[in-house]
Parts: sequence; structure tokens; C-alpha cells
Amino acid sequence: MTTLTMAKAINAGLRRSLASDDKVVLMGEDIGKLGGVYRVTDGLQSEFGERRVMDTPLAESGILGTAVGLAYRGFRPVCEIQFDGFIYPAFDQIVSQVARMHYRTRGAVKMPITIRVPFAGGIGAAEHHSDSPEAYFAHAAGLRVVSVADPQDAYTMIQQAIACDDPVLYFEPKRRYHVKGEVDELTPLDDARPMGTAKIVTSGSDVTLVAYGPLVQTAKDAAVAASDEGVSIEVIDLRSLAPVDFDTVVASVRKTGRLVVAHEAAQSGGLGAEVSASITERCFYYLEHAPVRVTGHDIPYPPAKLEQYHVPDLDRILDGVDRVMDRPNSLTGVED
Amino acid sequence: MDEIHLGELHLGDIDTVQLLTPEGSRLSDARYDAWVADVGDEQLLALYEDMVVIRRIDTEATALQRQGELGLWPPLLGQEAAQVGSGRALRRDDFVFSSYRENGVAYCRGADLTDLVRVWRGTTASGWDPYAINMATPQVIIGAQTLHATGYAIGVQNDGSDAVAVAYFGDGATSEGDVNEALIFAATYSAPVIFFCQNNQWAISEPVKLQAQRPVAERAPGFGIPSVRVDGNDVLAVMAVTRLALDRARGGGGPTFIEAVTYRMGPHTTADDPTRYRDASEVETWRAKDPIARLAAYLSERGLLTDERSEAVSAKADAVAAELRAGCIALPDPEPMAVFDHVYSTAHTGISRQRDHYSRYLRTFVGDDTTPSAALDQHDTLHQQDRKAS
Repeated sequence: MTTLTMAKAINAGLRRSLASDDKVVLMGEDIGKLGGVYRVTDGLQSEFGERRVMDTPLAESGILGTAVGLAYRGFRPVCEIQFDGFIYPAFDQIVSQVARMHYRTRGAVKMPITIRVPFAGGIGAAEHHSDSPEAYFAHAAGLRVVSVADPQDAYTMIQQAIACDDPVLYFEPKRRYHVKGEVDELTPLDDARPMGTAKIVTSGSDVTLVAYGPLVQTAKDAAVAASDEGVSIEVIDLRSLAPVDFDTVVASVRKTGRLVVAHEAAQSGGLGAEVSASITERCFYYLEHAPVRVTGHDIPYPPAKLEQYHVPDLDRILDGVDRVMDRPNSLTGVED
Repeated sequence: MDEIHLGELHLGDIDTVQLLTPEGSRLSDARYDAWVADVGDEQLLALYEDMVVIRRIDTEATALQRQGELGLWPPLLGQEAAQVGSGRALRRDDFVFSSYRENGVAYCRGADLTDLVRVWRGTTASGWDPYAINMATPQVIIGAQTLHATGYAIGVQNDGSDAVAVAYFGDGATSEGDVNEALIFAATYSAPVIFFCQNNQWAISEPVKLQAQRPVAERAPGFGIPSVRVDGNDVLAVMAVTRLALDRARGGGGPTFIEAVTYRMGPHTTADDPTRYRDASEVETWRAKDPIARLAAYLSERGLLTDERSEAVSAKADAVAAELRAGCIALPDPEPMAVFDHVYSTAHTGISRQRDHYSRYLRTFVGDDTTPSAALDQHDTLHQQDRKAS
């Protein structure tokens, strides 16, 4: 076991992938000498050279479009999108090309492209630097979407994403970059938890609380706080947003009978809606209360001085728990 | 130096390379003759045959669309020289990334005739295995493939190969951000890629003047990429400039931009009505520059295109057209469960579940002969494999 921050854990995972497969190439803005604006690629260009770790022009569609060509040629590109809000110029290449090439060519052409996206807020950043665009990509067939919440998963899942023959959107919660955790670098990748699965991070019996990425820690904190009030919360880190590991969530909800889904992204059309709807379909007769979503508002990500009123915090999540427990709170009786 | 008035400022007209005049006379060009010096009589006749066959394919496919056998077809009528001259200059290990109009290039690459029409008949999303003929499946999103070609070329560099990637696109595509980003990436990495723009004067109903205020070829030098403008209806000139560009790329010289000035004689696609937006006189002007007629005139003048040879070429074209038609009509409709195939290359629980549900739904019809049971049996087999994989 090694103690690493999430940023260092991703760096270590990238290094291992680069070393084990010479078809792996990293590409992105400022990822070379600078090591990325978050230093996630620190030292990799000096170790592997400019052909393996490519600084690119400032053109996101260009990065993804050339990655498509590299994948055509048999390479496994790992593209860094510098910030969440900068991914939109690349949206066409991602959903029209990367996502569909395997389907279009009836399996002849594989797109093993990993798209790393530092995402979500909580760091007081400027506009376009705190978005949570994951639902756009979870909606696009052909893409896999994951989000990591701790250094161990960050280390393992970046390697799994790169090894996967399908394209993977890999969302990194930037406010968790510098949080340390234990990382096992010795367990072989094949023996690690599969990328497409959810993980129960806190066991409980009264409420299933589903979160991913930046909110997993908040959800764990909520479970501790709720237990003080006698409510037992089972926290599930979704990890994979496309496909969602519904079997794990279903098993939990059949046990608890109550579901809260928390995410930082806007509510409408988000992952919370998908999880709530699917669990309602599959667990209707087990539910003691309608599923409740605790999410960001349906607004553009607000200025730094307002983000605390947008990002779900401990109290808002506990408020959601109170609702599914039918405990009196500010929103009891609200039919929205 | 004379005072320059902005209104009179000339940026300098770029030369257009031409080796065969519209009347079929061979011009001498010190810069380019050497690049086609090896093209002998038989090869000229072969280029002629290619163009005739490709025009016949195009005519036949258009007829198939009119008869309801194809949902749509994008004709290349008039662009045969641009496609054959460049397509025949390529090596087997070069790789083509094209739009939907390069059926002539696909023919040169050796695409199966039936594969040319699968997409337009709607049985599959693409026709051929890209690695079988070293040509990506045609791109519908305008200009997106120029980036793919550039990325492929960067991969070629990484592999230490001297193959070249070629991107085909139209004049309309030059307005897209992706084409401009491709030019930047190609120049930055000195990638072995050729940007082959077929300026056919029209992007559906929008004339090239709506895309470009100056010759398209003038743009590339601003990105640090040499460019050449060629008479796109002159198969020999197109071959010469393409060979030059290929040679540059193979030798580490980096990207080249070619603007082949040509004309789309027909509609954008069979869904389009060009009489709404362009004059008949314009079409007639270009008809006089027909790429096949000019090579025929040159070959006839030299006594190479005899009646006998001409008839043999026609017979070949008719045979190809008959094969295309037969292959098209014989294409079976895909099985219903095929909608789920190849979305992912590895097992995916979301798709597996939906596939399973849809299969069960279809099975409720078994017995009333509306669902081929063979398809469902095949699906069951696939699903078992999928479960094992996950």
C-alpha cells in the first residue's frame, strides 16, 4: 500500500499504462512540460517523450478528431480535456465519431479512447471551470462513462479505461485531487473491481444513498451524521455512470426500501432521474417512499461566491434523507 | 512603389495546373510533366476506363434510387477525373478518409460494388471493412474526416512508416472548424497527410463564393502548408499534383493541400433540385470541360481510343453496372436483433438488458410468422456469450 493523492494516483496509473503498452499516447493542452494545469501528467513527457505525451494546439475538436485517426491506426489515445466546460467544442467528435465508429463499421474499427475530464466545482473557479457535463455523455450510446471518488479507484480505473476497447469518459472530481488515500499498486488489473460496477462504501439498512465523484465523500459524511440520529444509510458509489450497475442499487433498495440520489449536476435529465426511474421500475413494491433527488439546480454553474448554494452539501443530503424517511423537515409535504 | 488602393489590391491569382485542355490537347508543364512521365498509353486508357466505369456506376446508382431501390445517392457526375487521378496515385498502404461523395475513390481502392450501396439502401451504417481496402467508411458530418486523416498520419509517423493519409472533402467543408483545426494539427506535427479538396462549386445550394472569398488553395499557406490548385477535370494533372504531394509526405516534407477545381454536374444528392439555385448556362459551361470527353479527345487524336477499344470499355461499364444492380437488389434486410450489434466491443449491461427485453417482446409474436425465429435463436447465442463475457 502507498499513500497517494488522487492526482498522483492517476499519474501513477497513466505511467503504468504508458509503460505497459507502447500504443498508449497522451494528448492534450499543456500536459507536457507543465504536466497539466492540475499536474496530473507531471513528469510523463520527460519520461516517455513528446511522441507519447503530446502537447496539442488549443482545439478540443482537433484533439478528439486526431485521436479518432490515431485509434484508426491502432493507437490508444488518452485525451485530457483541460476543464469540464471546454469539452463542448469536442462534443461533435465525441458523440458523432468516437461513440459510433464501432457500430458504424460493424465492429471493424475500435475506438479505445480515454477522455479525461477534470469536472465539477467547489474550488472557487471562474466560469466554464466547474461544469458537470456527464449526463450528455451517459446519454450517448457507444460511450462508457465513469467517475472516480478516491485514489484507489482513480489509480485502477484509469488503467481499466485505457485497456478497454470501448471509448471511456473518465470524470475526475477536481476538488478531490489533493485528498490522500491508500493505493494498492500490486493487485493485478484483472483482479481489481471491474470498471462497470458500483461499490457499497458504507453499509446501512434504512436508506440507500447513491452518489458518485465529488459527492461520495459528502454522502459518507451524511451517513455518519444520520447514524447519530438513528438512521442507517447505505452509501453506494456509482462509479460507472454508463452503464449504471443497477443490480447493486436494486439489491440495496430491496433491503432499505428508500432511495436518495445525490449529484452536483443539474437535476433535469440527469443521472439522478435515470437512477430514480429505473429503480422505481424495478423496485416499485419494495419502496416505502418515492425516490428523492438531491442535485445542483437547473442553472448554469454559478459564480464562486454562490457555489455553496448550488452544490449539494451535507445538510441538503440529510434533508433528502428526512424526506424519504417521512421525517418532518422544511420540505415535508412539498409535491414538486 | 506605387500607392496601393485597398479596392484594387490584388492578392495574386494562384496558378491552376493543367496538362490536358478541355479540347484534349496535351500541354507541357516543366513543373509537373516529370510526375506523369511514366504514364504510358495503356495506363491512359486504363484511366479512361476507370472514369467511364465510375460514371456508369454513378448513373446506375442514381437510377436505382429513382426506382426506389436506394433511399438516397450522392452523385459524383463530373468529378471523375479528380477522384480517379488522385485515387490511382495512391499506394496500397496509404489510407483514405473521405466524405460520402468519393465513390470513385472507393472504386479505385477496390471496394466491392455492393458495398457502395449498402448504406444508401439502409441495410448497414457503412459498406466495407476499412482495413480491407485502407479507406475509412464515408463520413457524413462535413469535414470531420480531415481530423481523422491527420490523426492517422500522426500515427503513421509514430510507426516509422512512409504511408500517407489522404483526406477528401468539398469546398463547403473548408468553412467548418474541424478542417481548420486539421490544418493546424497537420502543420504543427508535420504530418504526412494530403488535404484533397474537391471544389465542385456548390455546397448543396450554396455557391463557393459563400464559403471562400479567395481561391480555397490560398488558405493553406497561412497555416504553413504548401498548396496547389489543379484543374480537377484533368485526370493527368490531378495525378501529377497528387504524386508530388505523396512524395513530399513520404520524404518527411509534411502535409500538402490540393484544391481540385471541378464541378458537380448533378444534384447534391438525389433529394436535391439544383434547378432552383443555379442557371442552366452555368452547367453548360462546365459540360464543355467534361473530364471524360477531354481524355477521350486526346486518346482519339493519338489513335489510341479505337472504336473497338471504346466498345470494350462500354461493355465493361455495362457489366459493372449490372453487377452493382444485382448486388443491390439481392441485399437482404437485416434481422431485427441486429440493431443491438456492435454498439460496444465488450459486454455492456445496459444494452444486454434492453436486448433481452426486446427479444422477449419479439418472441410474443412467434407463431404468427412475423418474426424470423432464426434471428432470435442467433440472438440467444450472442446473449449467452455476452453473459459469459460479463
